[in-house]
Amino acid sequence: MKRSLAVVSAGLRLPSSTRMLADRLAEAARRELEGQGAQVDVDAVEVAEHGQDLVGHLTTGYPSDGLRRAFETVTRADGLIAVTPTFTASYSGLFKMFFDCIEDTALVGKPVLIAATGGTGRHSLVLEHALRPMFAYLRAVVVPTAVFAATEEWGSGGSEEPLVRRIGRAAGELAVEVGRRESPEVPDPYSDPVPFERLLDGG
Amino acid sequence: MQFGIFGVGDVARDPVSGRTPTEHSRIRAIVEYAKLAEDVGLDVFALGEHHNPPFVPSSPTTLLGYIAARTERILLSTSTTLITTNDPVKIAEDYATLQHLAGGRVDLMMGRGNTGPVYPWFGKDIRDGIALAVENYALLRRLWREDVVDWEGKFRTPLQGFTATPRPLDGVPPFVWHASIRSPEIAEQAAYYGDGFFHNNLFWPKDHVRRLVELYRNRFEHYGHGAADEGIVGLAAHLFIRPNSQDAVREFRPYFAHSLYGGGPSLEETMAQTAVIAGSPQEVVERVLTYRDHAAGDYQRQLFVVDGIGVPHKTVLEQIELLGEVVPVLREEFAKDRPAQVPDAPVHPRLGAADEERATSEEGRR
Repeated sequence: MKRSLAVVSAGLRLPSSTRMLADRLAEAARRELEGQGAQVDVDAVEVAEHGQDLVGHLTTGYPSDGLRRAFETVTRADGLIAVTPTFTASYSGLFKMFFDCIEDTALVGKPVLIAATGGTGRHSLVLEHALRPMFAYLRAVVVPTAVFAATEEWGSGGSEEPLVRRIGRAAGELAVEVGRRESPEVPDPYSDPVPFERLLDGG
Repeated sequence: MQFGIFGVGDVARDPVSGRTPTEHSRIRAIVEYAKLAEDVGLDVFALGEHHNPPFVPSSPTTLLGYIAARTERILLSTSTTLITTNDPVKIAEDYATLQHLAGGRVDLMMGRGNTGPVYPWFGKDIRDGIALAVENYALLRRLWREDVVDWEGKFRTPLQGFTATPRPLDGVPPFVWHASIRSPEIAEQAAYYGDGFFHNNLFWPKDHVRRLVELYRNRFEHYGHGAADEGIVGLAAHLFIRPNSQDAVREFRPYFAHSLYGGGPSLEETMAQTAVIAGSPQEVVERVLTYRDHAAGDYQRQLFVVDGIGVPHKTVLEQIELLGEVVPVLREEFAKDRPAQVPDAPVHPRLGAADEERATSEEGRR
């Protein structure tokens, strides 16, 4: 069976520790899903590449072609890994704009793994007070383990390190949620409209 | 093919002079634009409806009624009539009256409106927007087509034995267009009834416009009103014309930047993607001719925005004059290769006869 993971990463630097965390999570989730016997496609969306287009979308109301493709990648994915740097006690504005602009039904029922990076572990609750409520609003299924990576954790080694264990646990939870669902159906309202008789009957 | 101008009557500060017109001068100016549009040979003048600042046209039939008295030939339309928050009974009465006064020159373009608080101000809920458009229009159609209406729906008081007066001129209801930028439900509604579909493509790029118009055309055929290319389609564009292209762009830029367009994609990007055109008459002709692509074929009505966003009165008059020079070229070019089965936009039977007369006399002049 084919399964797909979308990885939305809102890092700004090159190399980006946010992207690094996103890649680690994606790799771990891929292994877990392959363990279920699935073939896995991983599609990365770098939010920063769509920065101008997101501002354009907010003012014009329509996405550029590139941004539309990014939204489609996320909407059609079986699971989503969403990673943001911590900015001023929250997700970055760019990360939020991406989810402000995507259709508000795009994530309904979709398994989501949330993760964030920050200077120190003191920011880690950003996942619980900012990201989890936002995805709850979008009616996504957010897995219980959220992963925060502080800068210092990139300097600790070994497979028993807390960051490595959390990555493994969160990826396992995501794979379980993806495994128990069919792939999302994405209807095209332009080629498959609601017949007018049904609209006349009140929808 | 019909060409005309439309506006929403916004009162906006001119970012160049710093001056803001009064509501009074704006209302008088709108009347002048309609009159000039007729004088330079345009076919349609359409006016929006809003119920909050900075817009003045809250009472479109009052304005259009006055304009009807000051003009003789030009079609009068709306851009748009709020089918969601207006009582369909009042729309039936107001526009039937206007049609009598205008001698058949009236059609309407239905829209849902775009400002959230307008719904609660009129006792409605924006989340019912589509449902209101569907139910209210279904009632409006019956009020214009049946002498006595018994009716019960979700959104207004039931009617028993109700007759909307005056009855439509010669028993023919005004032609209706349905306008939407993104809603497939509205394209579906227009197709179901065999009404016109108008896309305000000055806000949306070609591919999006085309998908929605194609949906309308396919469903028009599905519901048995004719082939897909016989659907009745209208498009928009925002114009700023100067004899010289660079002058047009330079002069239009501050208005663009300080308007609802500002802050997003640049003027150049916006012009490349959507139906915003600042350029020479020749460029306007070239661009508008490509809109057959947006409309997925030949279409029936092309409306232009030339006023608003602070553009001063004198400049707007110049724009209408220039448009009067551009439109004959557009008419000629659009007429070339137009398939014979593509119909004109329906007009009241009283005008059909007048149109034929005019065509014959123009033919005679050539």
